[in-house]
Amino acid sequence: MTSLPEQAPKTKLGLVIDLDICVGCQACAVHCKEWNIAGHSGPLPDNEPYGADPSGVWFNRIHTFELVDDETGDSRTVYFPKSCLHCEDAPCVTVCPTGASYKREEDGIVLVNADTCIGCKLCSWACPYGAREYDDDEGVMKKCTLCIDRIYNETLPEDTRVPACVSTCPAGARHFGDLGDPESEVSLLVAARGGYDLMPEQGTKPVNQYLPPRPKKVPAEPLAAPRLTRDDDPGEAGLLARWVDKMLSR
Amino acid sequence: MHPAKSVIFFTTASGAGYGLLFWLGLYGSLGLLPAGAWFAVVGFGLALILVTAGLISSTFHLGHPERAWRALSQWRSSWLSREGVAAIVTYVPAGLYGLAWLIVGSGTGWMVILGLLTALACVATVICTSMIYGSLKAIPAWHTGWTPAAYLVFAAMSGAVLLSLLGHLWRLPTVLVTDITALVAIAAGALVKFGYWHAIARAAPTSTAESATGLGTAATATRGKVRLIDPPHTMDNYLLTEMGYRVARKHATVLRDIVWAAAFVLPLGCVFVALLAAGVGGMVFATLAVLSMAVGLAIERWLFFAEAKHVVTLYYGESAA
Ligand code: SF4
Ligand code: SF4
Ligand code: SF4
Repeated sequence: MTSLPEQAPKTKLGLVIDLDICVGCQACAVHCKEWNIAGHSGPLPDNEPYGADPSGVWFNRIHTFELVDDETGDSRTVYFPKSCLHCEDAPCVTVCPTGASYKREEDGIVLVNADTCIGCKLCSWACPYGAREYDDDEGVMKKCTLCIDRIYNETLPEDTRVPACVSTCPAGARHFGDLGDPESEVSLLVAARGGYDLMPEQGTKPVNQYLPPRPKKVPAEPLAAPRLTRDDDPGEAGLLARWVDKMLSR
Repeated sequence: MHPAKSVIFFTTASGAGYGLLFWLGLYGSLGLLPAGAWFAVVGFGLALILVTAGLISSTFHLGHPERAWRALSQWRSSWLSREGVAAIVTYVPAGLYGLAWLIVGSGTGWMVILGLLTALACVATVICTSMIYGSLKAIPAWHTGWTPAAYLVFAAMSGAVLLSLLGHLWRLPTVLVTDITALVAIAAGALVKFGYWHAIARAAPTSTAESATGLGTAATATRGKVRLIDPPHTMDNYLLTEMGYRVARKHATVLRDIVWAAAFVLPLGCVFVALLAAGVGGMVFATLAVLSMAVGLAIERWLFFAEAKHVVTLYYGESAA
């Protein structure tokens, strides 16, 4: 059924991505691909990975943006990971003609059923965020599964039952949890840091939240570069060196 | 958006087919098409072939054409699904009406109901087709009332030109009515296309690189403009080939001129000459109108895709969409 669940899911599993911390190392993208190539929606196409024209499906992509303040000319670089936001009002789900795209009632995860997808691609047109990539080999649509095969996987040690991208981030820029529970760690983090929606005007109500980069710390006094040479100040040199300096400086 | 050939053929061919069926249903019921069995065979045959060829070609771009039947299940939420259902339902009154016409001729009492039902089903199907595109908020150039208006009027216009040709071929006594219908429909089509192009040129952007990232907005308490300095992948991926397609501005201008000429001005002139010429001259000019419009509408549909910008491009260097 591609209508959204009648009861909006109470549990809203999703990610919180901290743009202040992300260093753009791509580790989450690589681990996402590595896990999912054999996961719920695997295999993922991976053509000519070391060739001249590589192509393939990835669920997580890291963009790099520069924000330039028009007035001060001040600029900052922001690394920007993007994967499915598991939207509450997911347009990708309602446009699907077959029911292959669906939103789970129990936890709000948006998935594609590869056995019923006809590969019409309409869902990828409907997603404003570019979170769906078409698998040419299998003729079906693919997307982030929120690592459904990790987070509920009882064969994994309990503390590792988090999405691959979250587990792997060396900087701790990705968090996973229930954004429907206002007391959850992720909800408290979002509240404390002012988490926000991407493209709220598209009306998708994304579950995933982004945490803004913290304000840049600008020192009150401009820092002077440390002196590298001491040609004008022999004060700290030894007695002999000072005498030579004095003789030669005449 | 990437203009897929199968989708361009599907929407223009099935549009013309539903347009012709619409006029056969409406004018047949009004007694404006006094013609016999052969007219029914060719008229309904042509319309149903166009519609069916369009529908079949639309399955060519599917990853799993053999599962296409599944697309009929989600009519509660999906316009694509509704279109499939409406297209199949339309065959019922259209087929019965064509058959009845074959057997008892046009315009008798009870057949009026079938004719009007056929016309109504055609309108419903074309609306569903248009809303597949019109409902997509992520493509602001399509997410406007002009989209259903354009699909409806272009279907009516291409159907009317076909009907005018049939009118000349059969030397119908009512050929003046079918010619004038075509002229009015073409004029309406030109108005709608002008209105659409005017509207999308003036529309304020729905989303920006700033709203897409939150950077430079109140959400992050920052100011300024966002610029992509490093894309996430070195080669085009699916998103860029499917959604990142852009037609060069100078080509778009030339192509729009060709659309004006081929889809509107030439057919208008040809139908007008046909109206005056009648006889063999009428047949020739009515045929020219059909051919010219086919070319014009195919390019129009190509532009409808190629000129539409998807908001995902905001993550790939575009600043507004
Ligand atoms: S991010 Fe895109 S694919 Fe994911 S739920 Fe939202 S609209 Fe659907
Ligand atoms: S590509 Fe598959 S999942 Fe997407 S809308 Fe079509 S049938 Fe549904
Ligand atoms: S949750 Fe899993 S599938 Fe989604 S981006 Fe992270 S690693 Fe990839």
